[in-house]
Amino acid sequence: MRVTVVGAGVVGLTAALELSERGAEVEIVERAAHLGEAACSWCAGGMLAPWCEGESAPAEVVDLGAQALDWWARRVPGVASNGTLVVAAPRDVGEIERFAARTLNHERVDETRIGALEPDLAGRFRKGLFFAREGHLDPRMALGALRDRLAERGVAISFGVDGAAPSLFAGAVLDCRGFAARDALEELRGVRGEMLILRTKEISLARPIRFLHPRIPLYVVPRADGLFMVGATMIESAERGSVTARSAIELLSAAYALHPAFGEAEIVEMRADVRPAFPDNLPRIVRRGATNYLNGFYRHGFLLSPAFAQKAAATILRDVRDTNENHRQRRRA
Amino acid sequence: MELYGVEIASRLLLGTAQYPSPAILADAVRAARVDIVTVSLRRESGRLREGQDFWSLIRTLGIRVLPNTAGCHSVKEAVTTAQMAREIFATNWIKLEVIGEADTLQPDVFGLAEAARILSDDGFAVFPYMTEDLIVAERLIEAGCRVLMPWGAPIGSGKGLNNPFGLQALRAHFPDIPLVVDAGIGLPSHAAAAMELGYDAVLLNTAVAKAGDPVAMAQAFAGAVEAGRAAYLAGPMEARDMAAPSTPVLGRPVLAR
Repeated sequence: MRVTVVGAGVVGLTAALELSERGAEVEIVERAAHLGEAACSWCAGGMLAPWCEGESAPAEVVDLGAQALDWWARRVPGVASNGTLVVAAPRDVGEIERFAARTLNHERVDETRIGALEPDLAGRFRKGLFFAREGHLDPRMALGALRDRLAERGVAISFGVDGAAPSLFAGAVLDCRGFAARDALEELRGVRGEMLILRTKEISLARPIRFLHPRIPLYVVPRADGLFMVGATMIESAERGSVTARSAIELLSAAYALHPAFGEAEIVEMRADVRPAFPDNLPRIVRRGATNYLNGFYRHGFLLSPAFAQKAAATILRDVRDTNENHRQRRRA
Repeated sequence: MELYGVEIASRLLLGTAQYPSPAILADAVRAARVDIVTVSLRRESGRLREGQDFWSLIRTLGIRVLPNTAGCHSVKEAVTTAQMAREIFATNWIKLEVIGEADTLQPDVFGLAEAARILSDDGFAVFPYMTEDLIVAERLIEAGCRVLMPWGAPIGSGKGLNNPFGLQALRAHFPDIPLVVDAGIGLPSHAAAAMELGYDAVLLNTAVAKAGDPVAMAQAFAGAVEAGRAAYLAGPMEARDMAAPSTPVLGRPVLAR
């Protein structure tokens, strides 16, 4: 069973691994020259937070996302399961109530408990929510680890190959090109996200912090070596471009409001990219002839790719088996 | 209800921001039978022209789009955004917002009047987001506005009608100008209250978009707007301080039984 996976972002790599683990002979092609260069998952937050996402996402995202933490922890190193802490500025504490009413599996935390969870935030917030069962990972490390794991299994990535024409490949094709597949998937739209990476040794956090705000909810995710990812804007636009001054101000204000030491942090990176989304903001497997498209992960690439990679792998392998079976029957007939 | 010469059936106008997904937005608009949605050019697009896919989705709803200048803090920004909106949505309608203060998103009424004049002279049908101030209303009408949209409370606050007296005075002063309460509506009862005051319509966004079930909430608002309007037309009773028994009590013939 040969399958070509087009696109080496989080969706392509997780699907390739699932296919390989199920015995398929997999090859990956990627238009960019290096891992992550053209993938929006390179800019992801890496939060494995299904219950927090349930605040605005449908139940399907929560249900399917609940298995993500386990999937990742079994396959890549450095997956943290320290939960998520949700806080708000004193004048926006009403947002905590609203968030609590919309989500499950959280614990209400007061000033003392917040300080115990995150000593650097002690005394800064009086109310919050703690989602103990959630986790996070560093997307760039995770993509690298997936690539290595695939290489160990004999699955290579051919960089610099544009896989937009599926007829190029023999066997089944799984197209995971993200927003680049807009040429084939008319309903796909882009939702722009902007993020930045700060470095400071003054603060350390054990888990992602979501900072609620009625208009501009943002989050800070800790990474190794004093790095912090601050994200992410949500703008109905398919423009990659560079980060706008307004968005940079909003992201920096959120970080600064979380802890003033972020005001002295070094800005390591600012980047904008486009999340692919269908109108219901849920991923889909779309079948067109010998090609299956796996796309529309919106802001849930790392959260939902494990569940959908399993679905896609099962679909493709079943189809291949059915086709072979038909061939055999025809030969016999 | 007639807005700038166009007959509009639904008195509920919805904003299109902050929904869980465009699909849910579309369902909410259909369920509530909304005829006009507002679309923010500034906040929903990185580079103004790049929100095309989202705007196409809105266009497929087949209803009238009222573009707005949300997030504009100066006359110049608002005018430029309005001109851009006219080009993109092929409409001369514009909901004019000139924000004066970042925390309350209170309109800068001076900038508003200036921008309204510039845009009206340029052929726009201006829907100004304003405070409930009578003099501001007069200036906006002088500037060419034929619809007024006073706030109920600050945008997204859900506080309802902060100053019913002011809104009532505005209604009494401008019996022939369509008045729309824009912003601050949190509950269907707030929307009904605005309609009971004789307002022509209400415009809201957050109360529906951020509800647990936006589609059901949109329907609840549609019902409230309809009820409030029907009550206004039916001629509500006057409130009074003492009880007024609806059956005669003298001799208590009924209770004696």
